[in-house]
Formats: sequence, C-alpha cells, structure tokens
Amino acid sequence: MDFNDFLNHIGGWLKGTGPHADIVISSRIRLARNLEKMPFPHWAKKENSEKVLVLAESAFKRVEDLKDSLFLRLESFDSIDKQFLVERHLMSNEHAIRSNQKGLLVNPEENVAIMVNEEDHLRIQVMESGFDLDATWRAINSVDDRLSELLPYAFNADWGYLTACPTNTGTGMRGSVMLHLPALVMMRQINRVLEAIAKLSFTARGLYGEGTQASGNFFQISNQVSLGQKEEEILGNIKGVIRQIIDQEMKAREVLLAEHRELLEDRVWRSYGTLKNAHIISSNETVELLSMFRLGSDLGILKGVDRGLINELFILTQPSHLQKLENKKFSANERDIKRAQIIREKLGMNQK
Amino acid sequence: MLCNICNKNQATVHLTEIVDEQMSELHLCDECARKKSMEMEQQFGLSDLLAGLVDYGKQIGSVDKGPVVAQCSYCGLAFEDFGKIGRLGCSECYTSFSKNLGPLLKRIHGSNQHMGKVPLGFKPLVVKKEKSVSASVPAPANLNELKDNMQKAIESEEFEEAARLRDLIKEMELKANEVGHDKEPEKKKHKKTK
Repeated sequence: MDFNDFLNHIGGWLKGTGPHADIVISSRIRLARNLEKMPFPHWAKKENSEKVLVLAESAFKRVEDLKDSLFLRLESFDSIDKQFLVERHLMSNEHAIRSNQKGLLVNPEENVAIMVNEEDHLRIQVMESGFDLDATWRAINSVDDRLSELLPYAFNADWGYLTACPTNTGTGMRGSVMLHLPALVMMRQINRVLEAIAKLSFTARGLYGEGTQASGNFFQISNQVSLGQKEEEILGNIKGVIRQIIDQEMKAREVLLAEHRELLEDRVWRSYGTLKNAHIISSNETVELLSMFRLGSDLGILKGVDRGLINELFILTQPSHLQKLENKKFSANERDIKRAQIIREKLGMNQK
Repeated sequence: MLCNICNKNQATVHLTEIVDEQMSELHLCDECARKKSMEMEQQFGLSDLLAGLVDYGKQIGSVDKGPVVAQCSYCGLAFEDFGKIGRLGCSECYTSFSKNLGPLLKRIHGSNQHMGKVPLGFKPLVVKKEKSVSASVPAPANLNELKDNMQKAIESEEFEEAARLRDLIKEMELKANEVGHDKEPEKKKHKKTK
C-alpha cells in the first residue's frame, strides 16, 4: 500500500451501509494507550519520542490484524498531505500541526488507524459504516489485545490504562457515533435532544471531533466517562442513547413528510439543483446542501442515488482532497470553483 | 454583506481564522456571532473545568500537613504544571501524585476504580506491584490523612467539606476491601491463559 492509493478509493466506513445507515454515518471507537515509564508525548524529549515511534512500528509489524498497513512518519509530509489525512478522519488536526516524531498507521480498508505520539503514545481507532459498535469493539479489542502482548502498556489495577489527560484514564476508551439529524434540526428539537445527552454525560461534537462545531446537521455523540465501568457497559449506554435519538429523528422525519411535504421537497430539490449546477461553491455551503441531498435520498424524494457517493462527496470536496486530486495548491477561490466542478461531474455520473 | 450563517441579516462582525496556513473569513450578524461565541466558550470549558478540579484535588490532598509531593520523581513534572496544562508527564505521575489524583479521577468519572479490560501480557507484573506497593501501603497513609483533615474540617465548622471527606473515606475503606478480594481470581485466570 502506498500513500497515493488513498486517492483511488474511499474508506470502508463511508460505504453508507450497515444498520441504520440512513441516520448513522459511522461508529467509531478509540483507545488511548501509553508505554510505562516513558514521558507522555507533550512532555517527552525528542529521543524518547523517537524510541516510542520505533517500538510502536516494530510492534505493529507483528500484529496479524494490521497486515499490509501503511506506516507514515508525519514529519516527511507537507501540510496538504497531512490535512488530507485529517479530512479522511484518519488522524486529528492536532496530529497534523505539530508532527515531529509523530506517526500514523492506516490499514488498507482505512477502518483501523493508530496515531503514535499524539496526546498519548498510542491512539488506536477503528471505524465502521453504520450503527455497529459491537463489530467495532470486537475489531479494536483484538488489535489492542495483541499490542498489549508486544508493548509494555502503562496500566494500574486501580486506575486502569494511564493516560496523559485524566479525563481518559481507566478504559482509555471513547466510543462515538456519527449521526445525521436534519429532521430534528428542522423541527427545532435538536437542542432538547442535545441537552438530554449532556445530562447523561455524553458529548455532542461536530464532524471532525473534538473542538469542531456541528455543521450540515451532523453530530458525533460520545461517552465522557472512561473509568468505573466495563467497556461493554459504556458502549451499551451509548447504544441505548443512540437508539433513542434514532427513534426521535425517524419520528421527526415522519412528521416532516406528513405535515410539511412541500417545504421539504422544495429544500431537497433546490439543494440538488444547486449542487448539480453551481460553478462556485464554498465548503460550508456544500456540507449544508449535501445534508439536504442525503435526506432527500433517504426519504425517497430523490430516487436512485447511491448513499456511498454522497458520503464520498463530503470527503472529496474538502480543501486538501481537492488539491491532492489536481496535485496543485489552490487559493480559496480556486478551490470553490474546483469543488463545484467535481460535484457536477460526480452527480452527472450518477444520473442515468 | 449578508451574514454567512443565516444569510438574512447584515454582517457586522468579521472574523479571520488561520488554520495551517489556510485563511478563512467569516462574516456574521450580531445574533449569529453571539451564538458562535457561545459555542466557542463551550469548547474552552473542559480545560477550565480541569484546572478547577485540580485545585480541588490539591485542597483535599495537602492542607498544610505532611510532605506534599510537588514533583514527579520520574519525569520531573511539577503538580503545579499539571494544573496549568491539564496533562500529566508520564505513567509514574499517577504514583507520585496519587493522593491528588484519586479524588480528581473520582470527580471526573464518578468512580476511581477501573472495571474494564486488562492488558494480556502485563497482568502478573501489575498484580505483584499492586500488592507490594500501591494497594497496601499508601492507601492507609492517605486514609489517615483524610481522617485528620475531616476532623479539622469539623473543628472549623466546614461541614460540607467534612461530609465530602467522610464519603471519600468510606469509599476508600470499601475499595481497600474489594481490592483484596479481587486479586486472587485474577491471578488464577492468568495462569489458565498462559
């Protein structure tokens, strides 16, 4: 596998398949792990971080589940390449900004990614399409078990996995589910839902995780508490909450269809019209319109649209993807033109 | 110019954001700007909250009696710095600052006992270490200190603080018992897997 292979396909988690794929984009779990007696990345000297990087890479090579993966040392990549990886949800923005002695492992399906020397020595992530935290947990648990045999994890029987930030101590686990909730937003019920989530000590974030705001009606719901409960218990709680939200969104969609059909169809068709015909389009507008486009397709207002294509467009229209596709640097204005062009092409291909 | 978010009102607030050499401009009306700044405040909440919790942990742990561990003996991180950056320096910090971190973890997670999975390769080492060092020795020392602090709190009529300490002590005593019971089956299980 080679870096440029990324351009030729999209991650398996974007297929738009799996349980409740009309509302749930993806399920994701990450585990924070550290090596004992080794300063955490923010506090480590260069040679310590280098050592972690070498130890991690050699351990990864011995894990069967990670066969044929690509291991990248980030300092040798320019900012467009790194941003490209962020846009694909393979690593955090933080990891892209300061990238000395930082590494990233990605498997060929792009459902497993491990950041080395981010906030913790290892941040293992597994993502699957649709609402399937169980499969996600099985996959990540297996990788983690194998790595725990190969690397001296920092662990203590009382406090579990020891992490740089005490908000992750214990299981070191965060489970998140990415939801598309346009009907709850349109019916102005979303704040009520988000308030309830916060009361149950879950958090709602935007498309790109920590520190990003919700856009295009996408919300990432995750657990906050990581200590005092078994992993399965934490995931079970998330599943319970997500099921409720899915129910609410489905009811809101029914109400929209029953009582505001004209209005809804108008918004869906206008969004589709703009996407198909625009020549200049910003990334914010794209996300908003794609959200409506997706809703229209999920409700059967627009027929014959491949959900995977819509998901793909969310990623392909991001700034670094546009620049990688053309292999040149664009100004913001040039990007808006290029973005519109790619959307027109892709939607044209979809239309029979 | 119209507001970029609502596309209805006249933009009065102009923001320029530079992320990774890429500049983006945002023009907002009063109302949307207010909403946006509220969102940003929410994002900053976590570190503020953590700093507050660290202070709280300090109150419980020290109270001018006994030697306060100010620095991690392994990596050199000062507890003071942890309060500022919200990150620990290494896994040994958890031992160095255990007195302060115990209550802090409890505040964050509502519990300070790990219930989740255990690394495969490490169980014997961890269990041994646990028995000889952290489970048996420091816990009672900490417990006595807590009891002293509780007494002091009662004397100075800080009843709320005293009640909190009382609960903490109860919890620790309970936990100390549980830890003792937990060890055996864990060890056996490991032998089987090896």
